[in-house]
Amino acid sequence: MAERITRDDVAHVARLARLALGDEELDTFTTQLQAVLDHAADVEALDLADVAPTAHPLALGTVLRPDVEGPTLDRAEVLASAPRAEDDRFRVPTILGEAP
Amino acid sequence: MTIVFSTVDSDEIHTVTSGTTTYELVCGLEVHAELATVTKMFSGAPNRFGDEPNTNVDPVTLGLPGSLPVINERAVELAVRFAGAVGGEVRRSVFARKNYFYPDMPKDFQISQYDLPIVSEGRIELPGGHVVGLERAHLEEDTGKSTHVGGAGRIAGADHSLVDYNRAGVPLLEIVSRPHVRTPEQARQYVDELRSILVAAGVSDGKMEEGSLRVDANVSVRPVGSDVLGTRCEIKNLNSLRSLGRAIEYEAQRQADLLAAGDAVEQQTRHWDEGTGRTSKMRSKEEADDYRYFPEPDLLPVDPDPAWVEQICAALPPMPAARRAALADAAGVGLPNETVALIVERGQDVQARGAIEAGADPTRALVHVSQNLSGDGGATVAPDRVADLVALETSGALTATQAKAVLGEMVTSDASPADIAAARGFEAMDTGALEAMVDEVIAGHPDEWEQFTTGDDKTRGKLTGFFVGQVMRASAGQADGKAVTALLRARSGG
Amino acid sequence: MTGPSDSSYISAREIAAGVRAGEWTARQLVDEHLSAIEMGDGEIHAFLHVDADGARAAADAVDARVAAGEDPGPLAGVPVALKDNLCTRGVPTTCSSRILEGWVPPYDATVVERLTAAGAVAVGKTNLDEFAMGSSTENSAFGPTRNPHDTTRVPGGSSGGSAAAVAAGFVPLAFGSDTGGSIRQPAALCGVVGLKPTYGRVSRYGLIAFASSLDQIGPFSRTVADAAVALQVVGGPDPRDATSAPDAQPDYLGALHEGVDGLRVGVVSELLAMEGVAPEVAAQTRAAADVLAAAGAKVEEVSVPAVTYGLSAYYLIAPAEASSNLARFDGDRYGLRVDAATTDEMMIATRTQGFGAEVKRRIMLGTYALSAGYYDAFYGQAQRVRTLITRDFAAAYEEVDVLLSPTSPTTAFALGDKTADPLTMYLNDVCTIPSNLSGDPAVSVPFGVGADGLPIGVQVMAPARGEVELLRTAQVLEAAAP
Repeated sequence: MAERITRDDVAHVARLARLALGDEELDTFTTQLQAVLDHAADVEALDLADVAPTAHPLALGTVLRPDVEGPTLDRAEVLASAPRAEDDRFRVPTILGEAP
Repeated sequence: MTIVFSTVDSDEIHTVTSGTTTYELVCGLEVHAELATVTKMFSGAPNRFGDEPNTNVDPVTLGLPGSLPVINERAVELAVRFAGAVGGEVRRSVFARKNYFYPDMPKDFQISQYDLPIVSEGRIELPGGHVVGLERAHLEEDTGKSTHVGGAGRIAGADHSLVDYNRAGVPLLEIVSRPHVRTPEQARQYVDELRSILVAAGVSDGKMEEGSLRVDANVSVRPVGSDVLGTRCEIKNLNSLRSLGRAIEYEAQRQADLLAAGDAVEQQTRHWDEGTGRTSKMRSKEEADDYRYFPEPDLLPVDPDPAWVEQICAALPPMPAARRAALADAAGVGLPNETVALIVERGQDVQARGAIEAGADPTRALVHVSQNLSGDGGATVAPDRVADLVALETSGALTATQAKAVLGEMVTSDASPADIAAARGFEAMDTGALEAMVDEVIAGHPDEWEQFTTGDDKTRGKLTGFFVGQVMRASAGQADGKAVTALLRARSGG
Repeated sequence: MTGPSDSSYISAREIAAGVRAGEWTARQLVDEHLSAIEMGDGEIHAFLHVDADGARAAADAVDARVAAGEDPGPLAGVPVALKDNLCTRGVPTTCSSRILEGWVPPYDATVVERLTAAGAVAVGKTNLDEFAMGSSTENSAFGPTRNPHDTTRVPGGSSGGSAAAVAAGFVPLAFGSDTGGSIRQPAALCGVVGLKPTYGRVSRYGLIAFASSLDQIGPFSRTVADAAVALQVVGGPDPRDATSAPDAQPDYLGALHEGVDGLRVGVVSELLAMEGVAPEVAAQTRAAADVLAAAGAKVEEVSVPAVTYGLSAYYLIAPAEASSNLARFDGDRYGLRVDAATTDEMMIATRTQGFGAEVKRRIMLGTYALSAGYYDAFYGQAQRVRTLITRDFAAAYEEVDVLLSPTSPTTAFALGDKTADPLTMYLNDVCTIPSNLSGDPAVSVPFGVGADGLPIGVQVMAPARGEVELLRTAQVLEAAAP
């Protein structure tokens, strides 16, 4: 069977997921993810072009809430559980680059 | 992939020349409008600008573990209103997660709409008649706001950053135009017109200075006459209409220079710097994050009831383009002109049309509404009173100058125009009295009269102003300038 | 078995009835259960956090309501344990992860609010596989829970702490979450009742998400009747969860004794024959079918072919959703932060140090399944399989009212037995996963023991909103259990 996921794929995915993996971990994860994806080969092989995907087990109609103000959290309580706060805001280290 | 671009009904095209080739601009705009709701897109925390940092937050806003989004009905309604206002189509839509890590995004994913937006199609007609097609409009949530400490407050070189999540979760409508914008001026007009529509439909307050309206421009160029779209760059950080126009001009020239030099334009996201007047590369398409969109499992699809949609659209007030057309039609001026556009923009078209419908001379009614009722309270003067005033003027009972003075007083007084005029002593002089006054002025200025009767057209024109002014002064403003001019001409024998 | 006091083994319904009638106080009962925990949990490690002061104060409040002649609620004075992925205001909630160590939620989950309103007394937070990812509770960052029936064995997972707490007599009632079997499988391994309601029946607000389209909260209890009462209390619509079902709940307890006479029961052939299902477990499932037949049910074997694809689909869908749900643990706003020079480096350091191996594995798998170029082949395809499974269940429910299968392929296995190979561990959930994919309700009921003397559980499944039929069937099995 063809390689379903390469070591490079795993490294790329780790970067996307903001995880740092050591060399050994990269190897282990590549083997383990490969095994899970091999197991999923049965699903991959099915011809389901005519089957609609189910995103959700629940077939409800549109669910909306009225535009009515609800309670807010106490800022002191919220900032107290932040790793770091300053000037009533959440403090984070230098940000490299603008938001996408 | 190349897309064939359907031409739109405009001759106006912005061109840039580099080397021996002339290129034309093709531009599409993405506008993020903050919606005028009381609460956030997915929770009951207040949607309010300018509050103390991190006070408009609840578990959903902060993306606390265990919190769940629930869609704000009013936000959906406002998207439907927008669809109605631009002739778009409301469709069954699905929220999706756009995954990327960034500290101003509390869940490290944004709930947005991806392949199934709530609004498809639509069009925006600019005051000059040019039409920009819309591709889609979709609902999503805003991010928090970072301030950068150290490094002169800029992100680059800052020591650390502070995040306020008050804006996080504020409902946004992202409105994506087709590449139908062909000049920087059209881009400005488009945003201006879109803002008027959003405000008229009650969708957004449209305040660009508060960030309620944010614009990105997709700019490309191609050789004049080509029907193939060039590679585009997305320009961000356009904080004003001025930036928008300048950035598009700069970017079009930059791309033309690249092409003329035989280089390719790389698809990039670029950042506009208002200070240097340049765009610079933020990232290329290859570097763009893999957003891993998938349907938001915490939310069900939004499939508005067609009857509800119809009811909302039916209740919409008329939009600016329709109002301009209606006013131009009432005024008999054919296509909307600048005066008509100005009156509609100020929201005084009902007043102007009312005055015309009450019998006012259309030209004078438009002049008075646009010029003399533009100040505080001017819009509150009842149309039939404006019509009465115009009638006094066109019948010759009031001069233009007197009419303006009476209008000024009508803003604060309920008295009829005639009564105000009478109280001010603005009574039309009878012809005999006016003739006597003109003769008296001629007699008092024999040298000028000599020049008037013998001089060339230019001299006559200049001296007409002199004599009219003298008569006005003698009559304390009651004389009708046109009548005086006619008398002067008669006395000089031609 | 460890030795909790015998009074600890009375049911939730009996406790509430006694408190309401003034036979004993909530405080008395809560104190007794707290001392049972104190005596026994050193060995079992069902709890990550025991809130003795909070529990005593809550018990006193219930007693005050009784004294004032007010209705103290249907669960008056009942000590309950909560899986530590349910947010509790002012009480630490960790998901058994270093990344949330020390975090104190500023709000209560809807189920916690409803339990409090019903007079229940939360005594503490129970151990789980980190972020509910696992089938043995060995993936907890704070050490494993042990099976009260044999402390060398696992209690199952991921809600192993809640299952063990009920089995050990620490509480009559506990709550867990079930994404692929995380209530039913530990219930089976610990010999208690574990109910996964219909998706949407119980609000997920305040449940720290693993896989949002699969997660469902449900009770553990020693009797089916207690599970019925518990569901009645925590279930029903919640405006804070857009996926909560709007329909009112039927009277579960009232319907419990209607029996199964005339009920059509299908034994799922594919699940009996599933890879790894021990012969003794299959035999007990058949024995359970016989009990139902003897009670008047029409029993037949039915086929639900697509369930064989359940595991594969699940291990694409659940990690995909998890990879997104767990992105927020980045060190910016709450929980662990590992300092670094830039925010990006800080996020990476925090997540790398804060998450355990299994969580990382699933985040990686899910990120891959959603990434550009693979979405259709993996996530999209798995969602289509989900449609197949739902369709096949619906076809089966044309023929029968409820379905029967094993819950777990085996009895409780030894600690460390299956930690080396993730896929071996995943196979524990082959029988339970299909109901999560379809969103249908299912319950595990203790039914006999294996050769090792450890409990075996039988699973009853029903169509969406079919909890009444489910509980009626479970009640008959409970009464006749060997």
